Amino acid sequence: MDILNALVVFLNFVFVPGLAYGAQLALGALGVTLIYGILRFSNFAHGDTMALGTMVTILFTWWFQSMGISFGVLPTALLALPIGIAVTALFVLGTDRVVYRFYRKQKAAPVILVMVSLGVMFVMNGIVRLIIGVDDQNFVDGSRFVIAAGDFREMTGLAEGLAIKTTQVVTVVTALVVMGLLFWFLQKTRTGKSMRAFSDNEDLALLSGINPDRVVAVTWIIAAALATIAGVLYGLDKSFRPFVYFQLLLPIFAAAIVGGLGSPLGAIAGGFLIAFSEVMVTYAWKKVVTYLVPESMAPEGLLQLMGTDYKFAVSFAILILVLIFMPTGLFKGKSV
Amino acid sequence: MKKLLLASAATALMAGAASAQEVKLGVLLGFTGPLESITPAMGAGADLAIKEVNDSGKFTLGTVSAVRGDSTCIDAAAATAAAERLVTADGVSGIVGGDCSGVTGAVLQNVARPNGIGMISPSATSPALSTAEDDGLFFRTAPSDARQGEIMADILSEKGIKSVALTYTNNDYGKGLADSFGTAFAAKGGTVTISAPHEDGKADYSAEVASLASAGGEMLVVAGYVDQGGKGVIQASIDSGAFSTFYLVDGMYGEALIEAIGEPLNGSFGAVPGTDSEGATKFQEMATAAGFDGTSAFSPESYDAAALILMAMAAANSTNSKDWTTKVMDLANAPGEPILPGELGKALELIAAGTDIDYIGATAVELVGAGESAGNYREYSITDGAITTVGFR
Repeated sequence: MDILNALVVFLNFVFVPGLAYGAQLALGALGVTLIYGILRFSNFAHGDTMALGTMVTILFTWWFQSMGISFGVLPTALLALPIGIAVTALFVLGTDRVVYRFYRKQKAAPVILVMVSLGVMFVMNGIVRLIIGVDDQNFVDGSRFVIAAGDFREMTGLAEGLAIKTTQVVTVVTALVVMGLLFWFLQKTRTGKSMRAFSDNEDLALLSGINPDRVVAVTWIIAAALATIAGVLYGLDKSFRPFVYFQLLLPIFAAAIVGGLGSPLGAIAGGFLIAFSEVMVTYAWKKVVTYLVPESMAPEGLLQLMGTDYKFAVSFAILILVLIFMPTGLFKGKSV
Repeated sequence: MKKLLLASAATALMAGAASAQEVKLGVLLGFTGPLESITPAMGAGADLAIKEVNDSGKFTLGTVSAVRGDSTCIDAAAATAAAERLVTADGVSGIVGGDCSGVTGAVLQNVARPNGIGMISPSATSPALSTAEDDGLFFRTAPSDARQGEIMADILSEKGIKSVALTYTNNDYGKGLADSFGTAFAAKGGTVTISAPHEDGKADYSAEVASLASAGGEMLVVAGYVDQGGKGVIQASIDSGAFSTFYLVDGMYGEALIEAIGEPLNGSFGAVPGTDSEGATKFQEMATAAGFDGTSAFSPESYDAAALILMAMAAANSTNSKDWTTKVMDLANAPGEPILPGELGKALELIAAGTDIDYIGATAVELVGAGESAGNYREYSITDGAITTVGFR
């Protein structure tokens, strides 16, 4: 029995990667859920909004790097992030002006808006690929590890190593700060309250003198900021490739729906739930169990429920289960 | 349908008649698709051999010209259609290709065998092709991955490594290689703790690496692509401290990997097809003079494939596939006068004089078994951020 080593293995291969991935999904799902709650449609262009924001941030990061500006141990991309957010916000506001506003004025059915967002998605898809190309882009710099696996082993004398990457810490901290700010904004500020009112009952909100254009614009800006932050964190932690961001749409939507569409708290819970179940169901538990049980009972097999190829299947299995038993999601969002 | 058949038969006949003074060679490679970055140099290799034969003026059957077809590497239907066009519309007498194992098998069964057209593939490495029904029409100047599996098992067991974890790219190539290595390594007394596939083009491989690490092993064998999932798996393994040394298969060979991973890659090793033969150097000089990169993967094999077809035609004194395919094995193997790249004219003279030749070519061709390259591999290791050749096998 060796509980410490088992714990370290679990932290290193399941908890830390799952936490970072969950934070990235939660930020993405928050954007989706906000748009759904306030603008009342599923924004399929969200994955590509993330890609666009990340692309702008990458371009400015490269520019900063070429000028020799750096952020010490932290990635330079964090300095370029505000610019990325600003450009993306301008872009989505422009899209709203040119595309979505027309359909909103016509009081188009949500499903039409969904199809419109699909069109926007393809356009953004193309723009990103035209500008930065389809390949992997690496833009991470600064120090790579907070604790490297080898150093951890030397420090603690344990057989197993624990690696914590700088980007993982940055991801989790940034996500917590952003979530805190968002909840403060929605609960405490006048604009936030008017957004919630607009989400609860549009007609009543209009009657009480809330300016709908302002609510829509603020929603888009916040969604763009969330998308860009989520995208940049994902790109820093893993790598940036437009196609991967397009695929991210699936787990992000799964997270938002599991948590309950329209519920910010649900989006966060959903993000972590999806991330951890993807990692834990496909993890081979052999090593952890070998440390925990007496030597004679050590497992022969890998103790793996299903192959890692089925990662995406896991999130959708959970999605279906939740939709069957709790159609409005875990946190009582709107029914789909 | 009947009319169409008649028409195509007529075209085939006409093409046949017209080619009395013109010998057409099909070059069926994936000019679009996943291999599009290396196929230009492969096509150029085949063209180089054809040009050399034409320039020598010793090829009595006519002027040789290349007709290109796009195999797409992954779409068997498209490859079959392209091959069908080469055979029926263009009337080719032999095919250099295809490139990827899947489409090559499809073309062999659906086009080459029904039409009786011989083909020599420069790059299809799937072990399944060794046992495919081919009516004696199919050869390859690339070794089967069954051979690479044995080489890998040899290298690892000579280093005293007894257990490894294995990850492979989830396609015919990766699966075939993983299987052949697993069998060969087990025969040497080694254990593969886990054989797990990975998908290419993902951003995150931490889940895959977590499973590999849990299964354990002295090192990780990565049977993937250097600019795809293979690199991602290595990066994630190093980041999480799961593995520190890696065996790199032929698809993982490249400076790009060292650039991307850097110092932690030191101590890893692998093997790629390659020889230290005189022919390889000579081919590279010729390629440079012709304006393409002779070190590009499978470019020398393509030169050899085209040259072998033409030599065999000369030896059989016929462009009919049934005749020339019977000569391929004799020409490629000893005994006989050794022939290097750039000596095709001399070879044609010797053939005309009735002297036996042994085609060495750019890749030290030696055909074994069902007509596939015995396979020469260059073993290398990564030391101080550079690829160092350890030896040849």
